[in-house]
Amino acid sequence: MIITMAHGSGGAATSELIDEIFAKAFDNDVLNEMEDSAVVPGSGRIAVTTDSFVVTPLEYPGGNIGRLAVCGTVNDLLMRGATPKYLTCGYIIQEGTDSELLKRVATAMAETAAEAGVKIVAGDTKVIEGNGGIMINTAGVGFVPDGVDISATKIAPGDVILVSGNLGDHHATILGSRMNITNSIESDNAPLNEMVMALLDNGIDVHCLRDVTRGGLATVLKELSDSSKVTITLEEESLPLNPAVRDFCGLLGLDPLYMGNEGKMIAAVPKDQAEAALALIRKAKYGEAAVLVGEVTEGVDGHGDLLVRTAIGGIRQLDVLQGEGLPRIC
Amino acid sequence: MELQTYIEYLKNYDGPEVTFMEVCGSHTAAIAKSGIARVISPKIHLVSGPGCPVCVSPSGYVDRLIALAKEPETTVCTFGDLLRIPGTEYSLNEAKGQGASVEMVYSPMDVIALAKEHPDHTYVFGAVGFETTVPVYTVLLDEMLREHITNIRLLTALKVMPPVIGWLCDNGAHIDGFIAPGHVSVITGSKHFEALSRQYGIPFAVTGFSPKELVLGIYGLLRMWEQKEELRQQGDSLTKNFYPSVVTTEGNTIAQAKVEQYFEPGPAVWRGMGEIADSGLYLRPEYAAYDAGSRGLDEDHKINKACRCDQVLMGKISSYDCPLFGKVCTPLSPQGACMVSSEGSCYQRYLNR
Amino acid sequence: MCVALPGIVKEIGDDGYATVDFSGNTVRAARGLVDIKVGDHVLVHAGCIIQTVQQEEAEELQSLFEELQAFS
Repeated sequence: MIITMAHGSGGAATSELIDEIFAKAFDNDVLNEMEDSAVVPGSGRIAVTTDSFVVTPLEYPGGNIGRLAVCGTVNDLLMRGATPKYLTCGYIIQEGTDSELLKRVATAMAETAAEAGVKIVAGDTKVIEGNGGIMINTAGVGFVPDGVDISATKIAPGDVILVSGNLGDHHATILGSRMNITNSIESDNAPLNEMVMALLDNGIDVHCLRDVTRGGLATVLKELSDSSKVTITLEEESLPLNPAVRDFCGLLGLDPLYMGNEGKMIAAVPKDQAEAALALIRKAKYGEAAVLVGEVTEGVDGHGDLLVRTAIGGIRQLDVLQGEGLPRIC
Repeated sequence: MELQTYIEYLKNYDGPEVTFMEVCGSHTAAIAKSGIARVISPKIHLVSGPGCPVCVSPSGYVDRLIALAKEPETTVCTFGDLLRIPGTEYSLNEAKGQGASVEMVYSPMDVIALAKEHPDHTYVFGAVGFETTVPVYTVLLDEMLREHITNIRLLTALKVMPPVIGWLCDNGAHIDGFIAPGHVSVITGSKHFEALSRQYGIPFAVTGFSPKELVLGIYGLLRMWEQKEELRQQGDSLTKNFYPSVVTTEGNTIAQAKVEQYFEPGPAVWRGMGEIADSGLYLRPEYAAYDAGSRGLDEDHKINKACRCDQVLMGKISSYDCPLFGKVCTPLSPQGACMVSSEGSCYQRYLNR
Repeated sequence: MCVALPGIVKEIGDDGYATVDFSGNTVRAARGLVDIKVGDHVLVHAGCIIQTVQQEEAEELQSLFEELQAFS
């Protein structure tokens, strides 16, 4: 089946699309009610987030836009210490999309939601003119346990910065397919429930969590250093990097510090808990390559800085990503 | 001796103040990335010259590419760096958002597959580059001729280093030594800088790009500068090769011959600096059919009159001395050449400020 | 200017290209500028082999250490 404008008409074709693909993939008691809105149980402090997903190509080594759309939103909830519970999803589908592709995307979405322990409780589909593209918006709801207070403003001098694994894998995967470079790099798109819950359940005093997405580690940490008004100093030699990603960056003149991930996070924890926290992350799924990459000290003149101590003992000052981070050759 | 000995020497240097210029954008980026400027003595100043072919292309060149990208059945292909360079009104990226047909590629050779697949469509390659990249275009031209591909044309903005280095020296740039571009030298050989070092009595150190190679290249340059008189009296060269893993004295002679076959020298306009004789390369008349109109794209429309890029490029002032730097001139709204490319000296200074 | 990276020649095609490996990244690189053989370490710029690499960085640094002794 090829998606046409009729599938967005609201009539029989729309029902067929929803029944055939989404209702089958996301099957659960709340969604199956097919009401105008989902009514779900839950109380306490609620975390809410939303994110829209556009990616070319739609399917890439290690995942597809469906998996991505769950990971991105689930991870955003987790980064506030929330337990993710419910997702909504809105599909904007261009006419010309093959329904088999749509099925694969919906299936990946359902599998990833199951992995992350969330239910997809509401959804919407629109069809627009175009050429076979898919865009997805997801919103997520989670519940924050009492006593948990994780925020971008809470990084303090004396903290250390942990990274849960190798930098840049997702970005390198996506860019590789666009630049005719073949490699075995796979996207790291993954829900990070296990490592976050391990930290919280084992009494680690987590000050801040942040998933490393667009803009890469440097952008994320520079933003955090600004929010918390601290100096973060990274050790260049401890930055975790897959050699294939390192050379991929070398080929295209890119800096791994600005390459995005979709299944990595940083955690700021007090120095005396660093070893315990690292051990917990490493034991959790997707956290095997976690390392300590830097330390936090007082900010200078009330503002934040991100520094890297380089291999030859130099200091490099980093800013957030400027522009698009396009490959440079020349 | 090991590396640390050389680092210590550079750290503890307490002689007269010296200024070394690197004329390669990848050196600008590698130096910033290595953090070496904060390791070495404050008496050693590292400044960035016109080492990014993308940033020194005049706005007239970008305007012409945009005009071509808007023609029917025509696509402009080029490297990622060129997409954000401002023309008089727009960059290629902005033009793309308005319907111009623009493709980013990794290699000029990627265009061949596109051209074969769509024989009725014209592909214009935005062929920027210095001595390193020019031979790549000769390989493209070889293949186009061999395969009788007629729907690829080049819009060239090709430049060579020695004339602009000479221009800097003649125009009062305060440079005590040059960190000579490593990958340019791969093609040209270190001999490329011999005449300049002799003429101006300034040392040239052909240097690699890893932090360790940078340390040794800068150390070598400093020692050459310190022993300049002795070296001269002994008749020694002031050009030395500290990147021997890939650079030889003679360079890649196959590449040099191919460049000679396809291209001839001519005047070229450098953004912010003006026209410099023999600093450009153009397709020879017998290959004019493959040229998309590269000559005479001289218009250099400076967006902001207060921009002091030329002085920054000449090493006369630091980026911080420019009244626009970091205020209206930022990587997101570059006013001049040095802020345009991620290899530009102001861009790097901004990121590492 | 001039981003270039050393890789290893894996295969030589008869179409003027070679397959070059960079720690698991494979690039089809034009080989018209350099005489190469399988196993050579080569420097690639913009999809084109521009030189063979004569020595690894460690070796190069060693030779530079020796050369720079002349200055001290």
